[in-house]
Amino acid sequence: MDSTYILLQHYWWFLVSLLGALLVFLLFVQGGQSLLFTIGKTELQQKMLLNSTGRKWEFTFTTLVTFGGAFFASFPLFYSTSFGGAYWVWMLILACFVLQAVSYEYQSKKGNLLGKKTYQVFLLLNGILGPILLGTAVGTFFNGAEFIVNKGQLTDVAMPVISTWANPWHGLEAAFVFWNVCLGLAVFFLARIQALLYFINNIDDAEITVRCRKHLVIETALFLVFFLTFLVHLLFADGFAVNPETKEVFMQPYKYFTNLIEMPAVTVILLVGVVGVLYGIIRTILPGTWKKGIWYCGTGTVLTVLALLLCAGWNNTAYYPSIADLQSSLTIENSCSSPFTLKVMSYVSILVPFVLAYIFYAWRALDLRKINEKEMESDKGHTY
Amino acid sequence: MIASIDTSLIDWSRAQFALTAMYHWLFVPLTLGLGVIQAIMETIYYKTGNEFWKKTAQFWMKLFGINFAIGVATGLILEFEFGTNWSNYSWFVGDIFGAPLAIEGILAFFMEATFIAVMFFGWDKVSKRFHLASTWLTIIGATLSALWILIANAWMQHPAGMQFNPDTVRNEMFDFWAVALSPVAINKFFHTVLSGWVVGAVFVIGISSWYLLKNRDKQFSLESIKVGAIFGLVASILIIWTGDGSAYQVAQKQPMKLAAMEGLYEGGNGMGLVAIGMLNPDKTSYKDNENPFIFDLKFPKLLSFLAERKADAYVPGIVNLIEGGYTTNKGTTALSAAEKIEKGQIAIQALADYRKAVKDKDQVAAKQARTLLDDNFAYFGYGYIKDPADLVPHVGLTFYSFRVMVILGGYFILLFIIALIWSKKDKFADARWLQWASLWTIPLAYIAGQAGWIVAEVGRQPWAIQDILPTSASVSKLATSSVQTTFFLFLLLFTVLLIAEIGIMVKAIKKGPSVK
Repeated sequence: MDSTYILLQHYWWFLVSLLGALLVFLLFVQGGQSLLFTIGKTELQQKMLLNSTGRKWEFTFTTLVTFGGAFFASFPLFYSTSFGGAYWVWMLILACFVLQAVSYEYQSKKGNLLGKKTYQVFLLLNGILGPILLGTAVGTFFNGAEFIVNKGQLTDVAMPVISTWANPWHGLEAAFVFWNVCLGLAVFFLARIQALLYFINNIDDAEITVRCRKHLVIETALFLVFFLTFLVHLLFADGFAVNPETKEVFMQPYKYFTNLIEMPAVTVILLVGVVGVLYGIIRTILPGTWKKGIWYCGTGTVLTVLALLLCAGWNNTAYYPSIADLQSSLTIENSCSSPFTLKVMSYVSILVPFVLAYIFYAWRALDLRKINEKEMESDKGHTY
Repeated sequence: MIASIDTSLIDWSRAQFALTAMYHWLFVPLTLGLGVIQAIMETIYYKTGNEFWKKTAQFWMKLFGINFAIGVATGLILEFEFGTNWSNYSWFVGDIFGAPLAIEGILAFFMEATFIAVMFFGWDKVSKRFHLASTWLTIIGATLSALWILIANAWMQHPAGMQFNPDTVRNEMFDFWAVALSPVAINKFFHTVLSGWVVGAVFVIGISSWYLLKNRDKQFSLESIKVGAIFGLVASILIIWTGDGSAYQVAQKQPMKLAAMEGLYEGGNGMGLVAIGMLNPDKTSYKDNENPFIFDLKFPKLLSFLAERKADAYVPGIVNLIEGGYTTNKGTTALSAAEKIEKGQIAIQALADYRKAVKDKDQVAAKQARTLLDDNFAYFGYGYIKDPADLVPHVGLTFYSFRVMVILGGYFILLFIIALIWSKKDKFADARWLQWASLWTIPLAYIAGQAGWIVAEVGRQPWAIQDILPTSASVSKLATSSVQTTFFLFLLLFTVLLIAEIGIMVKAIKKGPSVK
């Protein structure tokens, strides 16, 4: 195969992984929603929490949409197979994100039909289910899913669908695989940790800060239990390897551990990421007034997730393995777009740093002044 | 639409997509139109420093925000439904179709998401200039988003810049600019965005008229009406131009859709355009000898002129398109539907033969099959069509929707002209009939937009990709009951949220702008 094409496939797996990693970081919005009633004890405190994450929910939402779009453009067979097959998982994810999209804007408005509490419960549901379901879905990248791909099926006029799901559960079965749920819960508690760190950074309220610091310990302990369990399992588990010559998919002992050994740069990213997460948390927990934990923990999250996703797709690994038919497994080679499309999309991706730069600029401009009670009680400007 | 569908998977998948798209299009036009209007108002504030314009812009922004959230929600579902419900489609053309969606995300959604936060929360946090730029960038982002998704939609109506690869069993892009700059895409983009501008203008004039009817917020209302009327008039005049361009493209690329739009069964030279007409409900098939119309009033030769730019040009009807044999505008003899179906079947069989030959390492057979496939690929989708009658879209829905759109479009121009003149002569505040008319025009603007999309989407059936892939071969293999469940789930969810949105909007409007 043309080496440029191989490079483009790896480049696009990197970009999709980066978007996925950024999405996990931005799930702090969901984490914050799940903590609405835990951290916010008064209506005013809840309003501060909602306005803190509410000014960022669009980024999480947009990253999710762009993640989907980029996956569609670069690896359309995944889009076709997973979305069309694991129907119920994706529908549940979509439904709970729809609830989020309207709830911030509607919850405090008069005439909202369902009442303030209902919209806040919607936010709570999105905050809990969003990270768990997304994490569980990503878990199938390592543990496999039950699908069959047969491109020749297109010539069967009576039933031309090339990707089919091998059970009637259409994705729900992923929730009964312990290791998928383990990753889902790790993502959930990580989202809550990041939310606590973000509140500490973004809200100027002593009571909220104290409560966030206190909760940080519990959430960190739960996160470490699930994350380390998943990570240790992953390093010792058999993985879905691809023979680069024959393209045959086979089970290889310690595949993901081997990937880390064979890709030292990815290992460094993973280690730096984990250290970043832990540094951000531990320094915040320690006595003092340090409030920058979110940036260390956030950067660490992006690096950790990026490394894990690179481990799933690079180094001759099937990133979406089929446990119903091993040879149907998706690799970055057999599921990607044509060289032309990947090249065109790569030109577009040159603009990504520019996009990140204006997001940084606008984010900073809005967050320079912290959210406080005075701003919430003022009737000037737009608040949720 | 629900009444005419059966319980098959394909129909329920279509119904779910139509449901999501139609709800989505209730919210997007107002975003596109009101977004520009509020940006114009903030620009006046920036130039004059007059607080009145700041408050005016802020009020419209409040309504913009209420509407925007639910548009985002329905848009998310729409994007992912390409995968969840049209998985075969997603692979068969994902190489081309996915790119505009990804570009939309990277270039448009992030712009929108970043600057909308500054627009809403940045009034006292950033400079006036930065805030104004953010307001404009929000609507530019929304418009760019429309551009890319409409490029994708236009490509489905007129596939260009791609070729079929039998090894990967999909279409692959080879000319990005042929996809992005196709005349169908350009016309569709401007026509659709301008229709959103009209909705925005009608909304502003209608709500302002309500205040005048209630004898309150007079200056706010009259100034808003002026901006809305000028903006709406410009948009609705430009729409005539883009509408003509769109219809011409339909005539060239989708003649069956044009025939359905006109209820035209028997074509000919110098065909007239139906101004008003009532279809004959007894006509149930293109093959029966029933008269298509109970009555109709036509503009002589106008259809030929609009379709081919020549008053005496030939325009094929539904029967001609099915039976073929007429001379096309390229000078060739048109194939019949039966011939196209046969060629489609040959193409599909050639693909099967090619794959078998490659597997057997029989290069000669593979080459022969490949040649046969290439020769017949233009009709690939016809191979999945069982009956030529399946090639005819729903004539009634397409015909009436087209007329509703065009007649309402003409009415909007008249309304904007009157609103502008009455406004200039300071007569609007006293013209209660005009205030009532403006208020009741708001739902009509939405109806026109929905009707336009019905023409575009129902009119192109049975195709997901024109001539290449019918909806029946695009669908995901799911239990029909699963799609029925999600259909009703989304119906309930969207309806509840729509009622909530209207409730919040009404409360906010009643509270008013409080501009002095």
